[in-house]
Amino acid sequence: MDLRLPSKVLEHIFSFVDSNEDRNSVSLVCKSWFETERLTRKRVFVRNCYAVTPAAVARRFPGMRSLTLKGKPHFADYNLVPDGWGGYAWPWIEAMAEKSPSLEELRLKRMVVTDECLEKIAASFKDFKVLVLTSCEGFSTDGLAAIAVACRNLTELELRECIVEDLGGDWLSYFPETLTSLVSLDFSCLDSEVKLSDLERLVSRSPNLKSLKLNRAVSLHALGSLLCLAPQLVELGTGSFSDKLDQEAVSKLAQVFTELKELKSLSGLWDVLPEYIPLLYSVCPGLTSLNLSYATVQMPDLVELLSRCSNLQKLWVMDLIEDKGLEVVASSCKELRELRVFPSGADVDETNVALTEQGLVYVSEACPNLESVLYFCAQFTNAALVTIAKNRPNLKCFRLCVIEPFASDHETHQPLDEGFKAIVESCKDLQRLSVSGLLTDKAFEHIGRHGKKLKMLSIAFAGDSDLMLHHLLSGCESLNKLEIRDCPFGDTALLENAAKLETMRSLWMSSCGVSFGACKLLSEKMPKLNVEVIDEHSPETRPDSSPVEKIYIYRTVAGPRMDMPEFVWTKHKNPEIGVSHLAIE
Amino acid sequence: MSESAAAAAAAEHGYRGLSEFPTMEATQIMSDKTEDNNNNDVLNFKATELRLGLPGSESPERVGFMSLKSSCPVSGAKRVFSDAINGSTKWVFSPDVKDIKPAVPVKEKKSSAPASKAQVVGWPPIRSFRKNTMASSQSQKQDGCDNNNNTETEGCETKSGPEPCLYVKVSMEGAPYLRKIDLKTYKSYVELSSALEKMFSCFTIGQFGSHGGCGRDGLNESRLTDLLRGSEYVVTYEDKDSDWMLVGDVPWEMFICSCKKLRIMKSSEAIGLAPRVMEKCRSRN
Repeated sequence: MDLRLPSKVLEHIFSFVDSNEDRNSVSLVCKSWFETERLTRKRVFVRNCYAVTPAAVARRFPGMRSLTLKGKPHFADYNLVPDGWGGYAWPWIEAMAEKSPSLEELRLKRMVVTDECLEKIAASFKDFKVLVLTSCEGFSTDGLAAIAVACRNLTELELRECIVEDLGGDWLSYFPETLTSLVSLDFSCLDSEVKLSDLERLVSRSPNLKSLKLNRAVSLHALGSLLCLAPQLVELGTGSFSDKLDQEAVSKLAQVFTELKELKSLSGLWDVLPEYIPLLYSVCPGLTSLNLSYATVQMPDLVELLSRCSNLQKLWVMDLIEDKGLEVVASSCKELRELRVFPSGADVDETNVALTEQGLVYVSEACPNLESVLYFCAQFTNAALVTIAKNRPNLKCFRLCVIEPFASDHETHQPLDEGFKAIVESCKDLQRLSVSGLLTDKAFEHIGRHGKKLKMLSIAFAGDSDLMLHHLLSGCESLNKLEIRDCPFGDTALLENAAKLETMRSLWMSSCGVSFGACKLLSEKMPKLNVEVIDEHSPETRPDSSPVEKIYIYRTVAGPRMDMPEFVWTKHKNPEIGVSHLAIE
Repeated sequence: MSESAAAAAAAEHGYRGLSEFPTMEATQIMSDKTEDNNNNDVLNFKATELRLGLPGSESPERVGFMSLKSSCPVSGAKRVFSDAINGSTKWVFSPDVKDIKPAVPVKEKKSSAPASKAQVVGWPPIRSFRKNTMASSQSQKQDGCDNNNNTETEGCETKSGPEPCLYVKVSMEGAPYLRKIDLKTYKSYVELSSALEKMFSCFTIGQFGSHGGCGRDGLNESRLTDLLRGSEYVVTYEDKDSDWMLVGDVPWEMFICSCKKLRIMKSSEAIGLAPRVMEKCRSRN
C-alpha cells in the first residue's frame, strides 16, 4: 500500500511552512519530502557563503526567488579580517544569473560586491525587485546607476553601512520616470549630494514608498520638501539636521512633521542641533524605533525627546545619554525591547564616564520586555550584573562591552565571573552573549554549565587557560558561532573538542595561542571543516609549535575554496604540508 | 578622504595589531626631568626643546622623546598593556601572560597620560563605518570654521550649516568624569577658564583662577608662567595635528578652530608644552 501523500498535497502543506529552520527539518524526513520541499522553497538563506557552492544551491532550489548570503566573519566589522580575505559575491551572482534567472531578491551581508556584480544583476534578472547590501564594499555609485536604470520593478534598494566608492550623486538620476514601484530606499551611507529635484520627483511618483533613509548631504530644508511629498512614510532616516533656518521655515517644518501620521521609525539625525529637537516631538508618541546613535546632543535634550516616546521598542543612542537619561527612558519607554548604547568617544580615554552600570540597571528594572542589550561602558560591577539578571530573565541577547580590557568590578576589584554567572543562570533563553572585563576560567565554566541555548558567543581579553575553551566547547550545546580574540589558551582544548566544531557554523580565534601544528592536525582529523590560518607571515617558515595570528574554522560541504589570498594557509592550499606532517610521524 | 578615514583604512591593513595612529612620541609631553625646569624663572625654551635621544642619554636640558616614552609614570597594567600592543603581538603567547594581567584595580589606570592611547586593532568593537562617521563629524566641525563648504547645486544646500556647534570633550586628570562643552558659547579664554573652573570645581583647579587670570583679557606668556609655577593644574588642548598644546598660546579665534579636545592636567606634567608652539612655528617656516 502506497502511503505517500501525493506531491500536490505535500506542496500545499509545505506552503504553510515559512521558517527555513522548519523547512530544513521537513527536508530531512524522507526523499519525497526532500524533493517537494526543495522545489517549493522560495527563500534561501546561506549564512556562510563558503559552506556550500553556488551551483549546488541553484541546483537544489530551482524555484528560488530570494537569496540571502553572508560572507566574512563577524569580526571583519572590527577590522580583524584583512582585505582580500574573500566573501566575493560574483560567483553567486554569476551562478544565479545562469541557473535562477527568476531571482527577485538579493540580500548580502559582509560581502565584496563589485560594479560588475551590480551590472550583472541589472542585466540578468528581469523581475529583480530587492537589493539589500549590509556592510558590503567593493562597488561604486556607478554600479548603483546600473541597478537604477535597469530594474524596472525595483521595490527595495538599501545600502546599510556599506563602504562605497562615491563618484557623485548622479546615480539617483538614473531611475527612469516609469519607475513607480519603490517601497524602500536607503542611501544613508553615501557621501555625495544627490540632485534634490530628481529625488523629489522620484518620491512623488512612488506612492508605495514606506521607507526613506537619506544621506547626510541632504539638508534640513530639503528634508522638509521631501516629507511634504511623502507623508505616508513609516520609516525615515533624515539627513543632516543642522541648517540654520528662519522662523518661518522652522514652523513649516514643524507642520510637516505633524503630517507624518504613519511614522514608526526614525534615524539619521546627524549633527542635530538642540534647538531642532522639538520639531520631532509630534512624531515621538508613534515611534517604535529610534536611532540616535549619530546624534551628538547632550542628555537634557535627549531626555526631552525620549520622555515623549511612550511606545518605543527599539532605542539606539550614544553614551551621551548618561545614567540620568536612561533613568528617564526607564520610566517613559515601558515597551522597550532593544537597547543599544554606543560610545561617543573613539577610544578608552574618551569614554563618557557619566554613563555607568547604573543606567542599564534602571532600564532592566523598569522595562519588562527588554530582551536585547548592547552596552558600551567604562566600568561595571558584579552586583549590577546580578541585579540585571534577576530583573530580566527574559533576555535573549546580552552584549556588554566594558571598554577597558581586563577591567575588574570597580567596587570590589573582583573579576566579573559572578556577574556573568548570574546572567547565564537566570536568562535561560539567552541566545547571544558578549562578555568583557576581567574574567577567569570560572566565568566560562559557568557559561558552559548554564548557557544551553547560547548560539553566539563573543569573547575578548579574558580567561586564563585552555580550560576556558574546553568549558565552552563541551558545555554549550547550542553553540553555533564562537569568536574569540586575545585569550591565553593553546591547542589542547581545541583538539580535544574537535568533534564539536562540525556542529557549529564557525569558530574565529585571533591572537590566541593556537599553533600551526594544531591547525594542521585539526585539518587532518576533520575533513568536513575548512581550517583557515590567516597570517601575514608564512607559518611554514616557523616551527609547528609557534602560534598563528588568526584562525577561521567553518564547516562546509563545498570543500576548499578557490579564492584564497596568499595570506590564508590551509591544508588544501598547500597539500605538501599535510603530507610532510604524516611523513614525520 | 579625511585623515581619520585614511587612518581607519590603514588600520584595516594593520591587522597585525600595530598602531597606525599617532603613537606616543607624537603626543607624549611628560618627563620626569621637568623638576629641574620648574625652578627656572623664565621658560628655557632650549632646555625643553624636544629632540631625539636614546633613553638615558639625555642631559637635564634634553628631553628626548624616547626617554619620555620610558620615563612616563606607568600606571600599572594599562601601560604594560599599551606597551604590549605597540610591540609585537607575541605577548599573548608567552607563558607570562598571567603576569601581564593587572593586580591593580581599574581606577588607578585612569590617572595615566592622555597620550597613552595605544590603538588596539578592532577595540573597542565598533564598526569602521561608525568610527569613520564619528571621525568625520569631528573634522566637519573644523571645516565649518575654515569655511570649507561643498559646491551648491540647484536647491541643495551645503553640507554643514554656517555655524556648527563646537563640542569638545574636557577631561581632567584624576577626575572620574569628563564633560563636553560647546566652545562657541565662549568668547574668550577668560570665559572658558571660569566655565571650566565651575565644572571641575571640586578639584583643586582653584589655583587656576586665584592667580587673577580672570581679570585680564587673555592668557599670555607671563601669565602662563605664573600659572605653571603656582597652580596645580593647567588647561591643555589637542589641536588638529594631534599635538598637545597649552591653552592660551594663540588668539582665541584660531584656538577654537584648531581645538579638538581639552584636558586639564597637572602643571608639572605640562611644562614641556609651552615651547612646542615655538617649535611648531619654526618647523612651519
